Amino acid sequence: MSKIFVSQDSAAVALGADDVANTLAALTPNSDVTLVRNGSRGMFWLEPMVEVETENGRVAYGPVTEDDVPSLIEQGMLDGEQDHPLSLGLTEEIPFFKKQTRLVFQRCGITDPLSLDDYKSNDGLKGLQNALDLTPSEVVSQVTESGLRGRGGAGFPTGIKWKTVMEAQGDQKYIVCNADEGDSGTFADRMIMEGDPFVLIEGMIIAGISVGATKGYIYLRSEYPDAGIILNKAIALAKADNILGLSVMGSGYPFDIEVRIGAGAYVCGEETSLLESLEGKRGIVRAKPPLPAHKGFMGKPTVVNNVISLASVPLIMDKGAKFYAEFGMGRSRGTMPIQIAGNVKHGGLFEAAFGLTLGEIIDDIGGGTSTGRPVRAVQVGGPLGAYFPRDLFDTEFDYEAFAAKDGLIGHAGIVVFDDTVDMLAQARFAMEFCAIESCGKCTPCRIGSTRGVEVADNIRDGNNAEEQIEILTDLCNTMKFGSLCALGGFTPYPVTSALTHFPEDFFPKQQIQAAE
Amino acid sequence: MPLNGNIEEITSLTSEIVDNFQSLEGPMLPILNEVQKQFGYVPKDSLPVIADKLNLSKAEVHGVVSFYHDYHDKPQGKNVIKICRAEACQSMGVNAMSEHLLQLLGLKWGQTSDDGNVTVEATFCLGLCACAPAAMVNGKLIARLDTAKIDKIAKEVQS
Repeated sequence: MSKIFVSQDSAAVALGADDVANTLAALTPNSDVTLVRNGSRGMFWLEPMVEVETENGRVAYGPVTEDDVPSLIEQGMLDGEQDHPLSLGLTEEIPFFKKQTRLVFQRCGITDPLSLDDYKSNDGLKGLQNALDLTPSEVVSQVTESGLRGRGGAGFPTGIKWKTVMEAQGDQKYIVCNADEGDSGTFADRMIMEGDPFVLIEGMIIAGISVGATKGYIYLRSEYPDAGIILNKAIALAKADNILGLSVMGSGYPFDIEVRIGAGAYVCGEETSLLESLEGKRGIVRAKPPLPAHKGFMGKPTVVNNVISLASVPLIMDKGAKFYAEFGMGRSRGTMPIQIAGNVKHGGLFEAAFGLTLGEIIDDIGGGTSTGRPVRAVQVGGPLGAYFPRDLFDTEFDYEAFAAKDGLIGHAGIVVFDDTVDMLAQARFAMEFCAIESCGKCTPCRIGSTRGVEVADNIRDGNNAEEQIEILTDLCNTMKFGSLCALGGFTPYPVTSALTHFPEDFFPKQQIQAAE
Repeated sequence: MPLNGNIEEITSLTSEIVDNFQSLEGPMLPILNEVQKQFGYVPKDSLPVIADKLNLSKAEVHGVVSFYHDYHDKPQGKNVIKICRAEACQSMGVNAMSEHLLQLLGLKWGQTSDDGNVTVEATFCLGLCACAPAAMVNGKLIARLDTAKIDKIAKEVQS
């Protein structure tokens, strides 16, 4: 009897995991083989990865193509033999995996995402059970004491947000999960929704019962169709098991969750724009105050939390605030699922306590670029995050440390670029992206971004570059301080960081040659 | 299956869709998503029906439809290729690859071929950033794109 795992994570599938799974099933028709489609372990350079359960733990093979399957079976893969060139040994001994502290992602890649039995036998629902034994304000205190901060990017203390909603008056309150993960370089939300959906459901229920909300919405981007399918299945299973419904686990608390699919608008990841969209309007940013915690969805008190923030709560309620808060550094407590992406040798999800340096993440864990060329720049925190040069690789992964270097960690996505990158082109793209995605409400963002593209083009053409660079800097200042939300307000981060750290890409070639 | 519907057909199907979703809180996006799924685009003739049933002006409904990148006012190609243009994919050379694809198909971003066979769209992030560049072809995700895979995609949609 062999138990074999092939991930159904959409990145693994995009690399051929379905073909591998189908070939495996076809070649083992009558044998005692159970094939489980699990989440991904997050080591994408090894996907599609096949794992086989053995006495000593799971052993892995990868990256496997469908053509490799016959020879793998021939060389004893079903018994965990390690003779094949694709053998990787014990999965959990692979250095990339071994070095992690998997708290939020403790089950991702291990369990069958849609098996409640798997979930329960791997510590699932323990946090909710503990929360049900406490008063709502005790739960909120635990979340506050854990030091958990919003993982969507803003880093606002989750407990304080919950407390505000708990204390707000309202006949109806809501929990809204922001699953509009649009930042390039990020995929942690997608992985947890596809690989361990029950943990998000559990986190939302805990949020609901502690602030007094009975209804939760998951606002999911349309680019993640597989996550939507899995979430809906998981919600149906949770309802059938009375985890969701009129009386959560027999407690008398009602809570229900509905998945809503967006329609392709990056700005809807901004919480007020998301709420407008959820209400069925154009995703135009709202002015704050009022805060969503006071007047959110349908004008009612609403918690808007990122997927990873909510998925961190069950563990905090299971192991305790103190356990969680012991990880990390400074005011950044707990762990962060760091997503290492772009031109990198070992790309994937690496969950670790705050405090690693950027250099450790890129060079030691990521292994440098996939093209083998030197790393020139890394963008941290998505399209609104700053570009960092190698000189700043000693920066520690921490909200405040990044802010001190004029950057942000955002949703912890890191995109690596080799030395062929043109930083003026990247700065121009940041402006172009802002122009495409601006909701149009405030002028600095709506018009500034378009002017920014034009100015970048003038610089490219060597059209009075120095004066144009001055205009660009001025424009960035206006956008940074005059925009209503982070889209216009943070677009200057990639632009000014490119200009500050890579000025040689902004001045016309003849000028540099003349200077030499 | 996209319907090349006449007004009656569009009106009655839209009306049915609105009825199915009207009881939701904020039913507009679920309605529009379903309309687009049924017709392949959001027909102009759907808008008055939605407006009337939700007690909104036609302009308000038009405003919502025109805000979101996903909604189209005319049918897309039989094949839809979405290529991610975001930073992680750029770092792995997607710009050159997409130029190559557009050239092979003789199209520009967002354009549909004259015979209605294929549309190429830019998208920003499919969440496959650790195995970039990425694309979605007729709903199927493809990661670690290279020129060979691009050639294969072009050949498949043109055959």
